[in-house]
Amino acid sequence: MSYFRAENLSLHFGGLKAVDAVSFAVEKGEILSIIGPNGAGKSSIFNLISRIYRPTSGRIFFEDQDITEQPPNDIARLGIARTFQNIELFENATVLSNLLVGRHRHSTTQLWQELLFLPGVRANEKVHRRRVEQVIEFLDLEPYRDKLIAGLPYGVRKVIELARALCSEPKLILLDEPSSGLNVEETDDMSFWIRDMKSELGVTVLMVEHDMSLVNRVSDRVIALNYGRVLATGSAAEVQQHPDVVAAYLGA
Amino acid sequence: MRFLFKTDYDDDIRLFPHSGYVVSYGLLLAALLIAPYVLSSYLMSQLVFVCIYATVGVALLILTGFTGQASLGHAAFLAIGAYTAAYLQKYNVPFPVYFLAAGVLTGCVGALVGFPALRLQGIYLVIATISFAFIVEEILARWESVTNGNEGLRVKALSLLGVTVSRDSPTFYFLCLAVLVLTIVGTLNLLRSPTGRAFVAIRDSETAARSMGVNVALYKVKSFAISAAITGLAGVLFAHKLSFISPEMFTLQLSIEFIIVILIGGIFSLHGAVLGAIFIVMIDPFLTYLKDDMPGVIAGIAATFGAGPATAGNVQSKVAAFASLNGLKGAIYGIIIMLFVLFEPLGLYGRWLKIKLFFQLFPLYKRATFKRQKIYVKSERNR
Repeated sequence: MSYFRAENLSLHFGGLKAVDAVSFAVEKGEILSIIGPNGAGKSSIFNLISRIYRPTSGRIFFEDQDITEQPPNDIARLGIARTFQNIELFENATVLSNLLVGRHRHSTTQLWQELLFLPGVRANEKVHRRRVEQVIEFLDLEPYRDKLIAGLPYGVRKVIELARALCSEPKLILLDEPSSGLNVEETDDMSFWIRDMKSELGVTVLMVEHDMSLVNRVSDRVIALNYGRVLATGSAAEVQQHPDVVAAYLGA
Repeated sequence: MRFLFKTDYDDDIRLFPHSGYVVSYGLLLAALLIAPYVLSSYLMSQLVFVCIYATVGVALLILTGFTGQASLGHAAFLAIGAYTAAYLQKYNVPFPVYFLAAGVLTGCVGALVGFPALRLQGIYLVIATISFAFIVEEILARWESVTNGNEGLRVKALSLLGVTVSRDSPTFYFLCLAVLVLTIVGTLNLLRSPTGRAFVAIRDSETAARSMGVNVALYKVKSFAISAAITGLAGVLFAHKLSFISPEMFTLQLSIEFIIVILIGGIFSLHGAVLGAIFIVMIDPFLTYLKDDMPGVIAGIAATFGAGPATAGNVQSKVAAFASLNGLKGAIYGIIIMLFVLFEPLGLYGRWLKIKLFFQLFPLYKRATFKRQKIYVKSERNR
């Protein structure tokens, strides 16, 4: 049984088939990239997994559990974190509190305990802080710890979003175009971090990406999509050579 | 300039980051504690209203400032708290019991209002809360067996531990102050724990909050309930302070006053609620002054500039007529809101921070410090 599995996943908007009977599987500990031209349905698949959209048909399994009907906030509780293509950070909060929201799925305290800030709440806060501090160190975010998001440069925000996802200690992380808008150096950093996430933190990565050099460097396997359908699956080189993929990108 | 050298996670958690805070808030508390023995009874009465308005301001900040759900219905929550107190008092229920009962009941009503609000955003939510306020106002006027309709209800002086506490006594002031301080401390505690951060997350991006595991619906309802419950508690004190309540006290105008409290005080910090409450309570004496003394003063000025007695008298009556125009108060509120939104969106507290920084950095202060650049337009697709 695969670690994560999508079976015949479809998302139709009226007559438009954004995702059309897509099946794929992610093995534990691998980095799987989804590539495809604009409008191929890559981000839609992510939005299906994190339940922003309801699938028209098909099922999603994670750790042998059917998560198709789970409410969106429970997806994170199961250990699936994500980043967004167009950064979705909490603009008017500090980097630190953004990252602490990432810890939300591990918070166990009740409202009345928090109102009184009982010692248990304080102890929990310190545990959260320690974890967040580890992520800050992992992604070199120390200079920005107490800064407001509004006012930070785009590249940093991108990293903070990754950090927030990592703070939830996910088992599976969904990266929606991690390198979009980043310069060459920042993309290099990103590729190291994605590999380190896999090797050091043991996170399974599912990634949508346009930058083929990044895909080539980090991916264990690649899926190519077009018009909501899977064109090819395999290693980065195999997929890029596949005639259908070439046709999709360059025209037949 | 002070540099904080943090060596412990507690440095970020504690409410007073350094000793300067302890000193200044200690002095403030001391001043508030000796106030009843120094200030005139008129100012004390105003101070009690400041405490009550500030409590409502904190409640509204939780909902509007931190969770991002605007409400123009807080006068209704205040009314429910006030009427619960007045009604239960008739059956000789002791103060602590009906005080808490008012909080619980208002909190439940707040949660009920929160449910339909889950599907509404921005201006639509404002309209929904206004309609809720109208419904409550109408119920208060019609449900005569409980509320005595438009005739209103008398509220007896409260008795605490067998002692009668008159609404003008220092004890009543201390009670209001204690409620305010406890509310502020509780809210600060909330804001530094997961619930408070979930509120802020919902305010800034519901999609991201959801993808981080925040149950958006649950936390919105929680925010409504907490905010309403605190307002209900303030309502009990409000009823006791006025000693008489009737439906026309809890109109849209009052809800707008509460919005002004947080808008003018500053919507991003609890300081704003207190500063805004001082502002709104003190604007009444100012308007009275405008009505009573302003015409004479202006006529005097006109006379010194060589206007004859006839002209001066004419000026005086014109100014007096203007100052007693109906709806002048509402107009002044409107102008104040507009000016603040345009020129000081961070409110009085934001202005105070700028003044503080000016002196800390003197002579290096630059205006651009507080300028926010919007460098990225957020996608609205996933709303």
